[in-house]
Amino acid sequence: MPLNVVILGGTKGIGRALARRLAARGDRVHLLGRDVEDLARCAADLQARMPTPSPVTFSVCDLERPETFAPAVSAAATELGGFDTFVVTAGLFATQPQLEADRAFTLRLLTVNFAHTILLCEHVRSYLLARSGGTLCVFSSVAGDRGRKPVILYGATKAGLTAYLEGLDHKFRAAGLRTICVKPGFVRTGMTEGLPEPPFAADPDQVATTVVRAIDRGTPVVYAPPIWALVMLVIRWLPRAAMRKVGF
Amino acid sequence: MPGVQVRSENLEAITVDVPLTRGLGRAYGDAALPAPGDTRIAGSALADRILQFNPETGDMTAEAGLSLDELYRAFLPKGWFTPVTPGTRFVTLGGMVAADVHGKNHHVDGCFGRHVSAVRLRVADGRVLTCSRTEHAELFFATMGGMGLTGHILEVSFRLARVPSPWIYQEARRVPDIDTFLAALKESAAAWPMTMGWIDCLSKGSSMGRGVLFRGRWAERHEAPADFPALNAPIPVPFMFPDGLLNVHTASAFNALIYHQPQARAGVVHPRSFFYPLDVAADWHRGYGPRGFTQYQCVLPASGGHAAVRRFLEVVTGAGGASFLCVIKDCGPEGEGLLSFPRPGISIALDLAMGDDTQALIDRMNESVIAEGGRIYLAKDALTRPDHFRAMEPRLDRFLDIRRTWDPEGRIRSAQSVRLFGW
Ligand SMILES: Cc1cc2nc3c(=O)[nH]c(=O)nc-3n(C[C@H](O)[C@H](O)[C@H](O)COP(=O)(O)OP(=O)(O)OC[C@H]3O[C@@H](n4cnc5c(N)ncnc54)[C@H](O)[C@@H]3O)c2cc1C
Ligand SMILES: NC(=O)c1ccc[n+]([C@@H]2O[C@H](COP(=O)([O-])OP(=O)(O)OC[C@H]3O[C@@H](n4cnc5c(N)ncnc54)[C@H](OP(=O)(O)O)[C@@H]3O)[C@@H](O)[C@H]2O)c1
Repeated sequence: MPLNVVILGGTKGIGRALARRLAARGDRVHLLGRDVEDLARCAADLQARMPTPSPVTFSVCDLERPETFAPAVSAAATELGGFDTFVVTAGLFATQPQLEADRAFTLRLLTVNFAHTILLCEHVRSYLLARSGGTLCVFSSVAGDRGRKPVILYGATKAGLTAYLEGLDHKFRAAGLRTICVKPGFVRTGMTEGLPEPPFAADPDQVATTVVRAIDRGTPVVYAPPIWALVMLVIRWLPRAAMRKVGF
Repeated sequence: MPGVQVRSENLEAITVDVPLTRGLGRAYGDAALPAPGDTRIAGSALADRILQFNPETGDMTAEAGLSLDELYRAFLPKGWFTPVTPGTRFVTLGGMVAADVHGKNHHVDGCFGRHVSAVRLRVADGRVLTCSRTEHAELFFATMGGMGLTGHILEVSFRLARVPSPWIYQEARRVPDIDTFLAALKESAAAWPMTMGWIDCLSKGSSMGRGVLFRGRWAERHEAPADFPALNAPIPVPFMFPDGLLNVHTASAFNALIYHQPQARAGVVHPRSFFYPLDVAADWHRGYGPRGFTQYQCVLPASGGHAAVRRFLEVVTGAGGASFLCVIKDCGPEGEGLLSFPRPGISIALDLAMGDDTQALIDRMNESVIAEGGRIYLAKDALTRPDHFRAMEPRLDRFLDIRRTWDPEGRIRSAQSVRLFGW
C-alpha cells in the first residue's frame, strides 16, 4: 500500500531527497512549506519522478507562524484524502559563534526548532490518533545527544525535541502512533555548506534511504548514516572532564 | 580549489554578481575554476529540480544543477535516457551545455546541444533571459560550448530519448593497428549508433594504434534481462590497473587484454559498464602519482585521412609512456555551438601523467593539431598556449565579439578564459 505522506521541509536538502525517494516508489506526497512558488516547482519535480505521474499537492506551513499549523494539517488531509505519515525535516541552523553573536536569530532558531516544531507535532499527534494511528517522523540531530561546544544552542533545541519524541513514543505507541526520531550526522546540504567536513559526512540521499526504511519499519530512533550510533555512544560516555578539553 | 564555491538550491540568487558558475567540476582543466583574484563563484549542484516533463514526447525542463546520475536513476527505469552522455555521469545539465558534450553516438546524434531547445541564462548585466534558436539565437549558440562565459545557465530545456530497454548490446573486438582501427570505426559507424575505441599508447611501429573497438546499441526488449540493471552492481571494467597503480609495467595489463581475451566478445552489458567505466574506478588516476594527471583531447579533420592520425599518434607514442591509453572516436558533423568541439574527423583523448615535460608535450601535440587543421577540447585543457588556441580556432573572434556585446566589462570569466583570451 502506498503511503500518504505530508512533508514539511521537502523543498531542500534531506527533505528534498526523502520526498523524491517516496515519490519514486509511488507514495503520494503533499508538500508543506513557506514559499508557494517554490513549493510548486518542488511539486513538479516530484510529479515527474512518480511511476505514474499524478499531481503533487502543497500548502503553506511556516514554522515561524504557528497560526498556519492547523490549516496546513487540514489542507494536507483534504488534498490526500487523509494522511498516514507526517515528516518534519524543516529546521534552522547556524554555527555556535554565529548564534553567540546574534540574539535575534538565536531566538528564531530556538523557537522554530523547538517550540514551534513541537507545537506542530501536537496538531499532527491529535490528527493521527483520531484516525487510529500513523507515523510521525521528525528530524532531530546527533547534536541533541550531548551538550557540546560547537553546537550548544542548536544542540539544545534538538535535545529537547528528542526528549519530546521519546515521550510520545512511550505514551502513544500502543495507541498506534509510531514516532520516529531521526538523528543525522553531518550531511552535505545547504545547511552545512561551507563548513569543514568531519569524518562520516553523508549525502542527503544516503540519509533518505535510511529514513525510508525506518518509516517502513516504525523504528523509534534512527541514526543516519548508522555509524553515528556508535560515534555518539562513545561521545555520550566521555567524562565531563574530557568534554571540557576536547573541541567537539 | 582556489576561491570559494557558494552552493544553494536557489541558483538564481547565488548567480548575482559572481564571475562564474560551475557544476560538478568534472572538466579536467581550469574551465570551472575562478580566474586569479576572483574569490567567489556559484555552484549549481543543489539546484537540481525537474520543472517539467512530458511523458509523451520526452521534453524536459530542469534546473542546471541536475546531474546525469540523478537523471539516470530517475528516468532510465521509465525507459528514458539522455540523448547524449559523456564518459561520466557525474556532470550537470549546465556543464553539458557549457561544454556541448559529445558521447559515443556523436556520429549519429551530435552533441548535447542539438537536443537542447532553450536555456534560461543570467547574463553579465544581471538580467535573466530565455535563449533558444529563435530568441537571442546568437547568445544561445555562443552558450553551447561557451564554457560558461556567456552567463550563468539556470535552466535547460531538452528532449530525452526513448530506449527499448535499460541494457546495452555491446560488441568488443581487438584491433591490431591504427589503419585497421580507422577502417573499423568507419565501417561500424554505418551500422552502430554508438562506437569508440581504446588505444594502447605504448605500442609503436607496425602495432601502433592497436587496441579494442567497442560498438553498441540499446538492447531490444527481447534480448535484455527482465530486471533493471542494479544501481549498486559492481561494474566490471574492461581492464583495470592493479591497485590503481599505473606505470609502464602495469600497462602490460593492457597487453593482457589484447592477447588473453578472445578476438571478439559480444553480448548484453550493464549500461554503466558501457557508458561509465571510469566512474567505477573513481580513484584510478591516483596511480599517476602525487602530481596527478591531466587530460588532452583533440580532433583531427577527416580530410587528413589516416596519415594525419598516424602522424599525431607518433607524437604521442614518441613521448615514451607519458600516456598509456587513449580513447579514439569518429566525430559526425560540426554542431551549432559556436565553440563546440567536435567536427568531422577523428577525436583522440588521452590521460597524461603530470610531469616536468607535460607542457612541452602538450605544445608538441598542439603544433601537430594545428598542422593537421584540427582543434582541442576546452573541457579537457589546462595548458594550451593562447597563440596555439587562436591558431586552431578561426571561430574565436566571432565568439569573443558576442561575449563583448553581452559582457563589455568582462565580468564573467574563468581561469581558463583569462589564460587563453586574456579576460
Ligand atoms: C571521466 C570523465 C569522462 C569524460 N568524458 C567525456 C566525454 O566522453 N565527452 C565529453 O564531451 N566530455 C567528457 N568529459 C568532460 C565533461 O563532460 C565536461 O567537462 C562537463 O562540462 C562537466 O560537467 P560539470 O557539470 O562537471 O561541469 P564543470 O566541470 O563544473 O564545468 C565545466 C564548464 O561548464 C561551465 N558550467 C557548468 N555549469 C554551468 C552553468 N550552470 N552555467 C554556466 N556555465 C556552467 C563551467 O563554468 C565550466 O566552464 C569527461 C570528464 C570526465 C571526468
Ligand atoms: N545537514 C546536516 O548536516 C544535518 C545534521 C543533523 C541534523 N540535521 C537536521 O535535518 C533537518 C534537515 O536538514 P537539511 O540539511 O536538509 O536542511 P536544509 O537543506 O537547510 O533545509 C531546511 C528545510 O527547512 C525548511 N525551513 C526552514 N525554516 C522554515 C520555516 N520557518 N518554515 C517552514 N520550513 C522551513 C526549509 O524550507 P525553505 O525552502 O522555505 O527554506 C528547507 O526545506 C533539519 O532539521 C536539520 O536540523 C541536518
